[in-house]
Amino acid sequence: MTPLLSVQGVTKFYGHHIGCKNVGFDLYPGEVMGIVGESGSGKSTLLNCMAGHLTPDAGAVVFNTRSDGPRDTVTMSEPERRMLSRTDWAFVHQHARDGLRMGVSAGGNVGERLMAVGDRHYGDIRGKAADWLGRVEIDAGRIDDRPTTFSGGMQQRLQIARNLVTGPRLVFMDEPTGGLDVSVQARLLDLLRGLVRDMGLSAIIVTHDLAVVRLLADRLMVMKDGHVVEAGLTDQVLDDPQHAYSQLLVSSVLQV
Amino acid sequence: MSDYNFAYLDEQTKRMIRRAILKGLAIPGYQVPFASREMPMPYGWGTGGVQVSAAVMTPDDRFKVIDQGADDTTNAVSIRSFFERTAGVATTTKTSEASVIQTRHRIPEEPLREGQILVYQVPIPEPLRFLEPRESETRKMHSLEEYGLMHVKLYEDISRHGHIATSYDYPVKVEGRYVMDPSPIPKFDNPKLGDMAAIQLFGAGREQRIYALPPYTQVVSLDFEDHPFEASKPDHPCALCGAENSYLDEVITDDAGGRMFVCSDTDFCEARQAAGHTGTMNGKDAA
Ligand SMILES: Nc1ncnc2c1ncn2[C@@H]1O[C@H](COP(=O)(O)OP(=O)(O)OP(=O)(O)O)[C@@H](O)[C@H]1O
Ligand SMILES: [Mg+2]
Ligand SMILES: [Zn+2]
Repeated sequence: MTPLLSVQGVTKFYGHHIGCKNVGFDLYPGEVMGIVGESGSGKSTLLNCMAGHLTPDAGAVVFNTRSDGPRDTVTMSEPERRMLSRTDWAFVHQHARDGLRMGVSAGGNVGERLMAVGDRHYGDIRGKAADWLGRVEIDAGRIDDRPTTFSGGMQQRLQIARNLVTGPRLVFMDEPTGGLDVSVQARLLDLLRGLVRDMGLSAIIVTHDLAVVRLLADRLMVMKDGHVVEAGLTDQVLDDPQHAYSQLLVSSVLQV
Repeated sequence: MSDYNFAYLDEQTKRMIRRAILKGLAIPGYQVPFASREMPMPYGWGTGGVQVSAAVMTPDDRFKVIDQGADDTTNAVSIRSFFERTAGVATTTKTSEASVIQTRHRIPEEPLREGQILVYQVPIPEPLRFLEPRESETRKMHSLEEYGLMHVKLYEDISRHGHIATSYDYPVKVEGRYVMDPSPIPKFDNPKLGDMAAIQLFGAGREQRIYALPPYTQVVSLDFEDHPFEASKPDHPCALCGAENSYLDEVITDDAGGRMFVCSDTDFCEARQAAGHTGTMNGKDAA
């Protein structure tokens, strides 16, 4: 089977400082990859290189496109890459305000991607927006309210709805539960797990939180100082870590 | 007037502006940056339009200025006299006689013809500004034709008001390519933008942008399939000339709250009255 995403030797420097170095892995359709590691280990750098927000200094990020099969998204033209990022890709930011338009109603936020790909029927767009608000457990009566009037957890769920409405095949998430209260986190995790399962989503999730990867990720990569120090099936890595740093990470010492 | 170069601006500046205009005509709807000059009037007074008019004007031109359809507002009068003084050109209030017409907020009712130039004063040239304040991003959106955001604006309108409430500055797509702000004309005027025989030039002074529509350009107002664009206007005939299809202003007629609707295009209305057309309020026709 062709991987949905094949990451090969991705390297990013900030000046002389390593962001991430020589990272490679394959992600197959329906798989969820978790990326864990301490602060500054390069998780966000890697994610942003894969999602096209940063240009890696070396390496390839090959995505199996619907129309042309595997294509290196690092070297494809910017219009093509931007088209991917509003159709087949989605990106969930840690801070909902980075991924939402705060001055636009919830319905408009969810509808934006639909309109961006050419939907021109108001009633249909609104219907799909209402449906998606329901799927992320936001009352349909809030459809015309701005996200500024939403709680943190609701904003995050709205961001997820806005991203998933066009049925993307690959979702990038950077600390999707970070900054939320523990009880709110649990509900969001539940919701994410349901969506991943129901939609057969492929996803790459960056997190500090081992509970998040335990629940969502099929496979796990552990990063330190910009390098991947260990990778494998989630349960294997968490229950029987091989690398000394992974052992430290899963031991309660480094649990946050 | 010997103190000034013809039409105030020096020839180098006019050349620079003409280059921007030609580029604008070559890429209809595309905003061309230009180095806007200080003009002896405040920005809100249409310095962009004035610079464009100055750059296209020749001594043989006959110049008309309209402000919300009227030739006699302070703004219109001062711009007209500015060019009388600095260019010595003939002026007129008659749409049909004018070769260059500078306008704020209206397109004349009388269809323009080939050879005429309509110059719009533009306050904010960027139609995407409302939802995306970053200029670097709006420029990219134009170059990549990413215009979904324009429909988000219309979506918000309908969700709030039940219909597209935008009645001025109504966004259009030019030749299937660039989304353009037609300046704050009423959407009633939008259909006249397309397929017009005259050249249309848009000048934004403070924002330093020029854009253009060459004659007979396709211009489509954005909308939704289930909320189609409508060139609406007050549903009355003109009280002075009886015109059924002109854009109307509501004017207060007395202290007792009397009101009437009259053509906003005063030249159009006066010409109709001179030709014998009457409305309900001008005494000649009580019907
Ligand atoms: N824009 C930048 N300029 C310079 N250095 C940067 C920049 N962004 C990140 N870095 C550095 O690159 C390294 C990796 O940072 P990155 O943000 O990818 O880590 P992270 O694993 O996502 O951390 P966190 O868990 O705190 O979000 C760090 O040493 C960081 O200081
Ligand atoms: Mg990070
Ligand atoms: Zn009239």
